[in-house]
Amino acid sequence: MSDARPWADGGPDMIQLLTPEGEFVDTAPQHYRDIAARLTDEDLRGFYRDLVLIRRFDAEATALQRQGELGLWASLLGQEAAQVGSGRALRPQDFAFPTYREHGVAWCRGVDPVNLMGMFRGVNHGGWDPHDKNFHLYTIIIGAQTLHATGYAMGVQRDGDVGTGDPDRDTAVIAYFGDGATSQGDVSESLVFAGVNNSPIVFFCQNNQFAISEPNEKQTRAPLYHRARGFGFPGWRVDGNDVLAVYAVTTAALDAARAGEGPTFIEAFTYRMGAHTTSDDPTKYRLSAEVERWKLRDPIERLKAWLAHEGKADRAFFDQVAQEADALAADVRARCLALPDPDGTAMFEYVYGEDHPVMTAEREAFTAYQESFEGAH
Amino acid sequence: MSETKAVTSTLAKGITTGLRAAMDRDPKVLLMGEDIGKLGGVFRVTEGLQKDFGEDRVIDTPLAEAGIMGTAVGLALRGYRPVVEIQFDGFVYPAFDHIVSTIAKMRARSLGHVELPIVVRIPFGGGIGAVEHHSESNEAYFAHTAGLRVVCCSNPHDAHWMIQQAIECRDPVIFYEPKRRYWDKGEIGPAPTRGLFEAAVVRPGTDVTVLAYGPMIRTTLQAAQAADEEGISIEVIDLRSLSPLDTDVIFESVRRTGRCIVVHEASTFLGIGAEIAAQVQEQCFYSLEAPVLRVGGYNVPYPQSRIEEEFLPDLDRVLDAVDRLMAH
Repeated sequence: MSDARPWADGGPDMIQLLTPEGEFVDTAPQHYRDIAARLTDEDLRGFYRDLVLIRRFDAEATALQRQGELGLWASLLGQEAAQVGSGRALRPQDFAFPTYREHGVAWCRGVDPVNLMGMFRGVNHGGWDPHDKNFHLYTIIIGAQTLHATGYAMGVQRDGDVGTGDPDRDTAVIAYFGDGATSQGDVSESLVFAGVNNSPIVFFCQNNQFAISEPNEKQTRAPLYHRARGFGFPGWRVDGNDVLAVYAVTTAALDAARAGEGPTFIEAFTYRMGAHTTSDDPTKYRLSAEVERWKLRDPIERLKAWLAHEGKADRAFFDQVAQEADALAADVRARCLALPDPDGTAMFEYVYGEDHPVMTAEREAFTAYQESFEGAH
Repeated sequence: MSETKAVTSTLAKGITTGLRAAMDRDPKVLLMGEDIGKLGGVFRVTEGLQKDFGEDRVIDTPLAEAGIMGTAVGLALRGYRPVVEIQFDGFVYPAFDHIVSTIAKMRARSLGHVELPIVVRIPFGGGIGAVEHHSESNEAYFAHTAGLRVVCCSNPHDAHWMIQQAIECRDPVIFYEPKRRYWDKGEIGPAPTRGLFEAAVVRPGTDVTVLAYGPMIRTTLQAAQAADEEGISIEVIDLRSLSPLDTDVIFESVRRTGRCIVVHEASTFLGIGAEIAAQVQEQCFYSLEAPVLRVGGYNVPYPQSRIEEEFLPDLDRVLDAVDRLMAH
């Protein structure tokens, strides 16, 4: 397989446990093979189910945008394994800081997918309680959440929830960001702060090759995973379309963080199969041949092939997951359409926690103005 | 919040003791900033605090303001109450994004699920002969942003109590400290005199209302003294809170005097004075004997220190405005 762009196949350092053809890589580092070996068949079928369901959800959301029901959608198509592999490596007490594309991580954390649609439908800016599932609100400011995550990890250290040896107490933080975000100063500063504080954090960079239209070459001269060493901690490149490898590498990094061994940078090498968002047109800046090559590296197909070959899942299981996916899509569609528009006064709510005279005065003026119209409710 | 007896203190040390009291009271309060540990900050406001509260609660951060503010967000999410020191006014801009995009909006965007009770301390203003970027008055940027509260102390008593009130506030507070008044001495009373967002009439008068805050309080009080000798009675109000504005106190005074001047070091264009002038003419129109005037910095980059006294409002410029008002 040849690619026009440099590093297009991930290079020799990329950690992989399942080839695109669905064959187990017996030469992969023992440590990661051991972590993968601890997964039960039920775990593995669970990964497959996650991948299929979140892709189906994502497709439904894209359809809802095309039908005018969402203002925008940021598809995760192609990045399912990076998100599910890392999301399933988290423990309940861990805390995840997403971008606006982490639908698969949200799924793993147990966030209701309809919540993810609220901000794209314009009924809220997210609105879920981040402490409910230890999954922060989507962050649209590129890279900002890496610093928020680092600060949270500094708080974990101050709470003494690192390196106690208690698996239910020791806590890690994971910060999601993309290849484009690595150009932001915030990301570099977060690597500095996490490094000097030896904070329990995993920097999880999904390199999907594009920041909207700009390819990797416009963002970086060196491979992204090389950066970590300059900040004093390890960086690894993992095949982001290989859910087993992502799970294994992230598990190892999270374990190190919880044990007090400090940060790790993971570059999950993947590909954004769809547009940046539904407002984007990738045909203007990339070749379809490249997209076709990446289709051969599909994260779901390789796992399915391996599960079937190993006898860990059968046709009935795959059919059942497909049905479940359609049911999920129908359910989120119905509940998305039922999301109520907020009342106009909602804009004045929650701006301040304590009384604020401007909020009070403007809310009253707004209400009086609305009521001045005949037939107003 | 009260202490047993009054003490004499500089404004800077009033903040130090206020921070100490807040940290004694609440173990979740922690300080972050550049050089605030062993050095005690470039103005020594945090002197001795790291020794007593440890490096985990008085954090010498890397030299990166965006990093400080961004990690403060995360610490607040984890349940801490970070008090961030920005070394000088002109250094806050790298942190601007986290302040206006994240800190100001988090409560609203999370539908009230997340509060970020962060205090950002900013030594501000000129008059100390400093180099570029060390003398700015950028309060209007933050006062313009919904979700933030902006306050400014002008004397040791307020400095001591307002910092504690700011730390206890559930909302993020930008806390301006008049750096050229850091060494002013005064008495700190045993309890706060008023709420954090209330203005104070610091000198009653009948002819002109002069509104000011921070470093300009001393200047306007001197002007009021000089005017008094000419038979003009000036009421000086210390705004203390710039967002929200204590408009009850402002309007009541202007309706009595019929004349209003706003004094600040910041450039006048779209500044605090412009907002107050607009509100006063809306609410006190029929009480006004003359237009509302602003006395402030010129609309230029803060000038080189050899001519900063020409830029900064002083006693004479305040009195000039008073004369113009009284001519109506």
